[in-house]
Amino acid sequence: MTNSINELEKDATAVFLIGTNTTENHPIIGYKIRKNVRYNGAKLIVADPRNIELADIADVYLQFRPGTDVALVNAMMNVIITEGLDAKDFIANRTENYEQVAEVVKKYTPEYAAEICGVDAEDIRKAARIYATAERGSICYAMGVTQHSTGTDNVKTMCNLALLTGNLGKAGTGVNPLRGQNNVQGACDMGALPVSYPAYQAVTNPDIRAKFEKAWGVPLSPNNGLTIPDVVNKAHHGEIKGLMVFGENPMVSDPDITHVSESLDNLELLIVQDIFLTETAMKADVVFPGVTFAEKNGTFSNTERRVQRVRQAITPKGDAHPDWQIICELSNRLGYPMNYSSPEEIFEEIRTVTPSYAGINYQRIDNTGIHWPCPNEEHPGTPILHGEKFNRGLGLFHAIEFKEPYELPDAEYPLILSTGRSLFHYHTGTMTRRSSALNEFMPSNVVQINPETAAALNIVDNEKVKLVTRRGSIEVNAQVTEMVPAGVVFTFFHFSEAAANILTQAEVFDPVAKIPEYKVSAARIDKI
Amino acid sequence: MAEEMRVLLEYADKINPEIADEYVKIGGYVGLEKARKMDPNDLIQEVRSSGLRGRGGAGFNAGMKWSFVPKNAEIKYVVCNLDEGEPGTYKDRIICEKNAQALLEGMAICGAAIDSNQGYIYCRGEYPFIVKLLKNAIKSAKELGALGDFNIEVRMGAGAYVCGEETALIESIEGHRGEPRFKPPFPGVAGLWGVPTVVNNVETFACLPSILTNGAAWFAGIGAAKYPGTKVLTLTGDTNNPTYFEVPTDYILRDVIYKLGGGVKGGKKLKAVQVGGTSGAFIPESNLDTPIDFDSMGAIGAALGSGAVFVMDETRDIVDIVSRISKFFEHESCGKCNPCREGTFRCREIMEKINSGKATQKDIDNILLLSRVMKKAALCGLGQAAPIPIESTIKHFADEYARKIV
Amino acid sequence: MITLTINGKEIQVPKGTMVLDACQQAGADIPTLCYDPDLRLAGSCRMCVVEAKGRPNLMAACVSPAENGMVIETESPDVVESRKIILELLLARHKLECHTCERDGSCKLQDYCYRYGVTDSRYLNEMPHFSKEDPNPFIKRDYDKCIMCTKCVRVCEEITGAQAINVEDRGHHAKISTVFDGKLADSTCVFCGQCVMVCPVGALTSKVSAGKGRSYQTQSVLTTCTYCGTGCTFELNVKDDHVVGVTSVRDSELSPVNKGALCVKGRFGWDFIESEDRLTTPLIKENGELRPASWDEALDFAANKIKEIKAKNGPDALALFSSARATNEENYLAQKLFRAAIGTNNVDHCARL
Repeated sequence: MTNSINELEKDATAVFLIGTNTTENHPIIGYKIRKNVRYNGAKLIVADPRNIELADIADVYLQFRPGTDVALVNAMMNVIITEGLDAKDFIANRTENYEQVAEVVKKYTPEYAAEICGVDAEDIRKAARIYATAERGSICYAMGVTQHSTGTDNVKTMCNLALLTGNLGKAGTGVNPLRGQNNVQGACDMGALPVSYPAYQAVTNPDIRAKFEKAWGVPLSPNNGLTIPDVVNKAHHGEIKGLMVFGENPMVSDPDITHVSESLDNLELLIVQDIFLTETAMKADVVFPGVTFAEKNGTFSNTERRVQRVRQAITPKGDAHPDWQIICELSNRLGYPMNYSSPEEIFEEIRTVTPSYAGINYQRIDNTGIHWPCPNEEHPGTPILHGEKFNRGLGLFHAIEFKEPYELPDAEYPLILSTGRSLFHYHTGTMTRRSSALNEFMPSNVVQINPETAAALNIVDNEKVKLVTRRGSIEVNAQVTEMVPAGVVFTFFHFSEAAANILTQAEVFDPVAKIPEYKVSAARIDKI
Repeated sequence: MAEEMRVLLEYADKINPEIADEYVKIGGYVGLEKARKMDPNDLIQEVRSSGLRGRGGAGFNAGMKWSFVPKNAEIKYVVCNLDEGEPGTYKDRIICEKNAQALLEGMAICGAAIDSNQGYIYCRGEYPFIVKLLKNAIKSAKELGALGDFNIEVRMGAGAYVCGEETALIESIEGHRGEPRFKPPFPGVAGLWGVPTVVNNVETFACLPSILTNGAAWFAGIGAAKYPGTKVLTLTGDTNNPTYFEVPTDYILRDVIYKLGGGVKGGKKLKAVQVGGTSGAFIPESNLDTPIDFDSMGAIGAALGSGAVFVMDETRDIVDIVSRISKFFEHESCGKCNPCREGTFRCREIMEKINSGKATQKDIDNILLLSRVMKKAALCGLGQAAPIPIESTIKHFADEYARKIV
Repeated sequence: MITLTINGKEIQVPKGTMVLDACQQAGADIPTLCYDPDLRLAGSCRMCVVEAKGRPNLMAACVSPAENGMVIETESPDVVESRKIILELLLARHKLECHTCERDGSCKLQDYCYRYGVTDSRYLNEMPHFSKEDPNPFIKRDYDKCIMCTKCVRVCEEITGAQAINVEDRGHHAKISTVFDGKLADSTCVFCGQCVMVCPVGALTSKVSAGKGRSYQTQSVLTTCTYCGTGCTFELNVKDDHVVGVTSVRDSELSPVNKGALCVKGRFGWDFIESEDRLTTPLIKENGELRPASWDEALDFAANKIKEIKAKNGPDALALFSSARATNEENYLAQKLFRAAIGTNNVDHCARL
């Protein structure tokens, strides 16, 4: 997030939610937005193919066709420019490449986009005006925007919209991805990415590499590494021989599980470090028992870049070891000694190579976490990015044309399938399926079907059906609900016994981010 | 009937209250015309100096109440309390039935004073025929142009006694549970939908046209000095003449019962009289020479309240009556605050125990203690007043209690 | 600034300060049941009544603005008498099950009865019988213990925004209810348990923590939630080295993101920690089956295999999927392990999933 969570409760005077079912997937953030709308009169625009809870209190609800985000937002920009609602001073002083965007969005009139997106042109105008005329407008999005073959385009389009209206750099504004996992922000910050060391420092930059070679005392590879989809594919081809999976469960979370399974079976070595014998761990050659967040010390960085403490409450179960100790043990055996007495000592090392974390230490975040960047110990942290200038200087507009999703419905697979999360479960269900109350409340997967679609297929609520795509099929109960529009079905990916990712495709990813297109697969439903 | 003094009810049954024209012919809407020409501050001052005090029960100076409304607020409302939930009270209904136009005129005068063009009448759910009457009366007045740009809507309650309390009434108009709000803020500052609101009783509004027409000094000269004007009373119970009367406020209780009321039914002796509705104190024969005005009644531990006068003859069982009253309050408590919700429930339990002859002195001590706490700690007037019949009867009719305890 | 006298002590407070806050500033401990600084005021429990000189009735301190020149007594005989009677009235409707109650030791009704020496109620007679079992796995609703502070109603409406519950009926029959008095699961309830957080007594408790330990038997450890990326903080409740529950921290310093509010997963989804399924020993695959192994055996096995692949196929034949659920420190070490110890940038994690 460019901005902080609490601004959504107090400072934002308009919030544009797109591709985020906030009250289910980031409940606390959802509650804050609802509070702002109900009690402070903040305006709310919701764009989502599903009729999510917050759509009920939205000033404008755009129920658009999955995967048409760029067309929708380009049309909003068309309205803003046409009606002169753009932030001319901000554009002149703080951005570049505006003209190209203005040129591209010309053809995206509300009527043109309405055709593509399946919404009312007038609603696009209304949404554009609300966001553009708001004193402080915030855009929030989640995987609904990113999990597309055009995910990067979608995100850049959101940035364009914010740049166009000057909604950046002050409280209550910003472009705010709501991240789905407790420390996904931190994992990125720490360099768990194939192209960067901690703090997004490129592995291909010789100066930076030299810095890390000095810090770590060994020569380092100058080449970008492989992303997860590439690793899976290369394992399938036999180029990747050994894989260590640490606290992940690709056998449930990754697209086209059948393909993933074949890839993992093809490995010479699969190491899995986890707290449970996950679907992935069952395939491992060796399994290391790690511990839960309750059994170790450390830090998490949340979606608003706030670094907070995790504290050990109990001793590790059985012979499980804190994960940092396991990694040290393995490293020592590989001839690269790692000797740390505590996570705090590791953190002290992180500070020395991670400029954005340099000013943070365990004492400073003992009570309240600090937002990075925090370059020194006197620095209060940075809840709001891009206040005076952008990292690159001027904010860069990207002219982006709408592209259709990769796999569109056809005669054989006439429905659009989207996948996502439920309020009651988390990710691959490793933890929540073993939380007694959560699993009792929601013990199995469902597929959400619009009543019209269900009637056409002669399917009734709670009927067990077969959900089929070109990759495979799962059997799930139908949940007949107005939440999804006709022609769109939705299922959850938490349930390994009816795994949504048997259905998703791993052929085409977003070319830049390598994100799978979980929100659009062509599907059909068969009666059983 | 000679001793009545009819101001509000002067033309009762002589004009059709639904027809504004008839009201105009007897001098109606002159006061409003006058008020409209006055500076609002002068108008408020005029009402204030008339000494008109709220006829709903609290007896607050009406002009003073209006003066608390902030001048700069954009939207303000005038609300008329026609909830009239006190058992034995029907004077507001009578005023509407006999002289509805005076109520409308009074509300519009208030509107002129506080710069509001929207009024609401909150009518009790048991009066659907009054709602009809008022809607016709408003239509007629609007058609005649008598109200100018002042609009009045009628809203109907659902039979909750507590909605006679002004903030609960406001909650009910807003569509919420009929529960009182804590004060401050008072409605004059933040009332209906959060904006400044004057809430007055039907009778208070109906007094205004004559005050404007005849002048504040005229009104101030009627009845008791500190609570001037007339008061409409409704006489019920063991009386020979159960009807309504309009009297000057220095009229004494004895004359209400014996002159206007023609004495106690069947020639029996009087045991007690309860004034002001169910929450009123029970007044023994020895206090009958008290004038009915607010302060004089207060001095004997009673309250004029709504103006209901309930006569009980010598054969009546005081404990039994109070026991029934306690059941009424248990039923009507909204349940918001602890002293009232729990207190009215336990009062009813103990009163029934006493009434059935199973109680001891300890129970009387307990109910007195509870009454004291309810009076000083309950959130609104309902909870504070509910124990008054209990306390006043234990004080004045101790022997009747003594006879029932073991 | 205005000046007022509280228990004989003169204090100055800004205009607009409530009497309750002024009393607290003056060092007076005012009991409250319905008051919550994060919620709309109710002014209904009347426990906070104080005596202001010259006023006929007691005033509820939480809803009364302080006025210049006020002279306030917070424990006068009238005040104490009222509080005692209110407590007795509440005791008379509260099912006394302290011996088995989850909130024994952290119950405001219990605390105030202790403080004012209220041992039993002279008004004890008919008890309410509201309770019906609500068949959800998260929240136990025992309205026979409810004292009608309505904090649950307000928190549900104002913090969570679910508006799942409200007061139904009136007078002594008033009770907390979902629409049409149904099950929580059939209402708009999202089982966030904010109602459990604010309940001052044992009317609303966690079913997941039931019977596992009371507040005085547990230690609390402040930490950060392990689920989504919002970064809510809360306390893990620990008894005998087991996690037995999660409780809110409502201090905005210690809980800057959520100020105590949680979702169903954060509040009720912690017992996986104690699951029987937990991995408690290293495993090695042998003849297609995973079998327990010692740490040395497992680590050596892994290290030798890595060395072998690296020697044969080069470091880029190895890859790491790191973890969006592990700590910063662990992610740092994991990528360092692959970059520095093994020599490849094949490091990724499921940021995209």
